[in-house]
Amino acid sequence: MSLLDFRQRSGYLFLAIIVGHVILISAQVNSRTGVPVLESVTFGAFAEAQRATSSIVNGVRTFWGGYVALRSVHRENEELRRALAEAQVQLQAQGALVGRAEGLAQLLELKHSISLSTIAAEIIASGATPDFRTITINKGLMQGLTVDMAVVAPAGVVGRVVVPSPRASKVQLLIDRNAAAGALIERSRAQGVVVGVGDDALRMDYVSEVSDVVVGDLVVTSGIDGIYPKGFAIGRVSAVQRSGGAYREIAVQPAVNFGSLEDVLVVLTPTDAAAASAEEAK
Amino acid sequence: MKGVWVIAGTALALALQTTAARFLTGGVIVVDLVLVVVIYAALAGGSVTGLLAGTFAGFVQDTLSGGSGVIGIGGLAKTIVGFFAGIVGTQFIVTQPLSRFTAFFLATLLHAAIFIGVSVLLGLRELGRPYVATLEQALGNALVGVVAFQLAEFLPGAVERRRLARGRPRR
Repeated sequence: MSLLDFRQRSGYLFLAIIVGHVILISAQVNSRTGVPVLESVTFGAFAEAQRATSSIVNGVRTFWGGYVALRSVHRENEELRRALAEAQVQLQAQGALVGRAEGLAQLLELKHSISLSTIAAEIIASGATPDFRTITINKGLMQGLTVDMAVVAPAGVVGRVVVPSPRASKVQLLIDRNAAAGALIERSRAQGVVVGVGDDALRMDYVSEVSDVVVGDLVVTSGIDGIYPKGFAIGRVSAVQRSGGAYREIAVQPAVNFGSLEDVLVVLTPTDAAAASAEEAK
Repeated sequence: MKGVWVIAGTALALALQTTAARFLTGGVIVVDLVLVVVIYAALAGGSVTGLLAGTFAGFVQDTLSGGSGVIGIGGLAKTIVGFFAGIVGTQFIVTQPLSRFTAFFLATLLHAAIFIGVSVLLGLRELGRPYVATLEQALGNALVGVVAFQLAEFLPGAVERRRLARGRPRR
């Protein structure tokens, strides 16, 4: 039918202009998750390619690890048994300590229940540009992830979800230049804000000059930012300098080794601050 | 040359639209003169002319909306309308006032459907049920479009006739 024959030059021109308009509109409109539609759709499509690539790579690794590289398994097995036995002993000791701490907390009426709901996710890709420190994980909207959910690892805080697509999500790492988290020095309870500096290091800002901070202090999340749950390890203070102003210059070595991350946990439970904000919004 | 006429027509339509709107009740003009220019260009020049006219006019109109909407929705609607009006103009004989009226009327309805549909789809605004306003605009656009065609066809002939009349020897 010549009326709608898109093989003609005008048909191609029409399609090109329509696509251009759709892209232009998408770039300006946010999706329900608060992310621009264009970014969301582009990321969603690209994440599927990343997922496929990751599956192939993982398949090859599994095959290699499971069938080919079995030579050192017996020795590793023995070492792991020993490590497990040591860990079980330590676990019992820790359990005793926890019981004692809980008793003390109850005594001081400080106890509050912390039951975080999490979901495990696998990292399927890293950021497309070194200017932004992001990773892609294999869980998304279909698994209940939304923007600003905290992502943690056993060692500590990893980052937050910034772009969720149906089956994958982009996570902004805490070391990204645009990332920040409310933090406090565990020992002295001095509060501040930990920000990423782009490379594999962190900086803690807004810590008062008179605060008690020394090298080696553990920095944990304060929970006031509404994203990260309170008490998760961020890193250790690696340098403290007096700047001469009202605040100290504090360098923080991240607790998480971002270069070797493979699996993470996404915290599905909103923080107290986020829940309070949502309650206020209602 | 067509491009110059389209740009000039769009500029004139926008100028008229923005100035005339003030004198109407509530500041809302019933006729979308820019859309009339697009449909006119499409019916007179074909699908490519209508397509480019719609893109240009819609984009300019969107950018002049002053942040009240998303840039591109008007352009998208006018591009589609321009393209299909151009196809109708080349595939069918649209020379009679009634057929032109119908073309303008239906093209305006298509434009409204796309514009409102995209806006609702993106959750940009609550448009309610603008049936009456859309029909009013379709009627207004159709009337203005038919008059514009008649004038465009009449005026060159009138000048020619006047020239001929002046050159004829008086008895």
